[in-house]
Amino acid sequence: MNRITRRFQALRRTGRKALIPYITAGDPRPELTVPMLHALVEAGADIIELGVPFSDPMADGPVIQQACERALAQGMSLRRVLDLVRDFRRTDGETPLVLMGYLNPIERMGYDAFVAGARDAGVDGVLTVDLPPEEAAELAGPLDAAGVAPIFLLAPTSSGERIRRIAQLARGYLYYVSLKGVTGSAALNVAEVADKLAAIRTHTDLPLGVGFGIKDPPTAAAIAEVADAVVVGSALVAKMGELADNPERMRREVAALLTAMRQALDRVRAPAALTD
Amino acid sequence: MRNKVDYSQFPDDTGHFGRYGGRFVAETLMEALHELNEAWRTYRNDPEFLVELDTDLARYVGRPTPLYHAERWSRRLGGAQIYLKREDLNHTGAHKINNTVGQALLAKRMGKTRLIAETGAGQHGVASATVAARLGMECVVYMGVEDIKRQALNVYRMRLLGATVQPVNAGSRTLKDALNEALRDWVANVDDTFYMIGTVAGPHPYPLMVREFQAVIGREAREQMLTDHGCLPDALVACVGGGSNAIGLFHPFLNDSEVAIYGVEAAGSGIETGRHAATLCAGQPGVLHGNRTYLLNDADGQIVETHSVSAGLDYPGVGPEHAWLKDIGRARYVAVTDEEALRGFHDLTRTEGIIPALESSHALAYVTKLAPTMRPDQRIVVNLSGRGDKDIYTVAALEGIQL
Repeated sequence: MNRITRRFQALRRTGRKALIPYITAGDPRPELTVPMLHALVEAGADIIELGVPFSDPMADGPVIQQACERALAQGMSLRRVLDLVRDFRRTDGETPLVLMGYLNPIERMGYDAFVAGARDAGVDGVLTVDLPPEEAAELAGPLDAAGVAPIFLLAPTSSGERIRRIAQLARGYLYYVSLKGVTGSAALNVAEVADKLAAIRTHTDLPLGVGFGIKDPPTAAAIAEVADAVVVGSALVAKMGELADNPERMRREVAALLTAMRQALDRVRAPAALTD
Repeated sequence: MRNKVDYSQFPDDTGHFGRYGGRFVAETLMEALHELNEAWRTYRNDPEFLVELDTDLARYVGRPTPLYHAERWSRRLGGAQIYLKREDLNHTGAHKINNTVGQALLAKRMGKTRLIAETGAGQHGVASATVAARLGMECVVYMGVEDIKRQALNVYRMRLLGATVQPVNAGSRTLKDALNEALRDWVANVDDTFYMIGTVAGPHPYPLMVREFQAVIGREAREQMLTDHGCLPDALVACVGGGSNAIGLFHPFLNDSEVAIYGVEAAGSGIETGRHAATLCAGQPGVLHGNRTYLLNDADGQIVETHSVSAGLDYPGVGPEHAWLKDIGRARYVAVTDEEALRGFHDLTRTEGIIPALESSHALAYVTKLAPTMRPDQRIVVNLSGRGDKDIYTVAALEGIQL
């Protein structure tokens, strides 16, 4: 069984919600990525989304754009991201890792080579932002066959028909984009998210993650009330950018922010009266 | 032997030209593209819409544009007769307005109140700002800071027209980054905003829709040739950046297999130097800006910076229909250097009294190679896609002259 599915089952048994941090591979420097991944696990990450930097990240806001630029300036590439995953797997065989990026680097590597490379490196899921279900069969099929979950986005505007179609191709979990905009955008509306997630659940049993616009522990907790997983990206990546010159402090502060989110999430399952 | 292709049947319903085109965007944009596609399908054959479009093209843009026989230049080159399709005589000085007039009419019918656009050289930005002014719509034009520096004149024109020119500081700070930023704006403001893409690239239906708005160029040229000479031209030549002026000229002739078709890319300092924008001549298939097409990218699939003396050709992708026409051999794609294009610029200016845009000068430069290989009773139609006023600062600077 795929590590992602196993992880969600374990969380469900204990009544907890998944915390999914995102960082961009190679940002701010390639040698800091694997230690950062381990630090995220220690701070309470259940699954990690590892961004594959791309020169033209059209669905990302300025924070992740700049992270991509920093990483690319250091020579980061899809090939080297797979090396980092292999490196991480030497000491962590449990934490699911999901690559998140854009299609062109995968096109250039070739689908077969990428699927084999991802499987062998220990990648558990692949979220290709600019690959909607209409164009995805050629990649999603082989990924699934290799035991790597193709992960898809859902948007506030996705119709019931699209949700069904996406849910058929998707494995692992579905990533609901909680607002109209790019990564790192302004605040989201929790009530709207709750309504939409309820609608999505009528079409699929896959766990539902929510991301885009979750910046702080209170928002994370509010989303965790209604979702199975909370994805936090830009808030962490912004901190990494700020503290790029001080790796020790960077790791500490990013981990502290994630820990705070973890604690906020874990309070969710307790009755409100007890957390007062 | 291949079966005869009916080019009017492409793209298919999902926007594919063979393996190219399609819709490669985040889920957050799919509904907006669906809505746009539905509106386009509703109005593309709507008699009222078409009458309004034709009226605007005639009375506002100034169509039809002449097909001008460049006699002196033809004699000098000593081969085929050269005919210039005078898109430089359009309102705002280039073919770009054919498309923005059309998209603006669509935006109005869709009830959108805000227009956004990307621009490189500024011609599409000016054409967008122009139609926005005319319709009283808000207009935001995304432009890379590098291009803003190179195209101060067009930046000022857009501002005069009431548009906001939004500088883009990401990536290589040029056209491709402006396009990314416009897409980001669109995702966030889908409800009231219409995104006018300036070329035949982007996710379906843009390559189809922009082609249809630009195909007026080829329809007119075809009719003008038949009326004036009773026959079709032997060859068509147009410059290709994203490729909208080229597809506009080519498309109505694609089923006329006797007409040879040449698209001319920017070889910049020379393809061998790596400083160029010759996507079809030197790139590989990949995915960028919502479609699968040829791209200039490195071995890791990262998009590379391009170079051309002409900002309008400085783009690392190309419309997916061109990628397909290249692969199936219906059109030939060639490239000319900055230097050759500048020579074409001066040749036409001195021989015919027409100052061409540097983009169009690439097509002219190729004509100087092609025409002498043909007979004097043969005819070439070349798309003079824009006028060169915007480029005189660039040309003067290259010659060490300060204006």
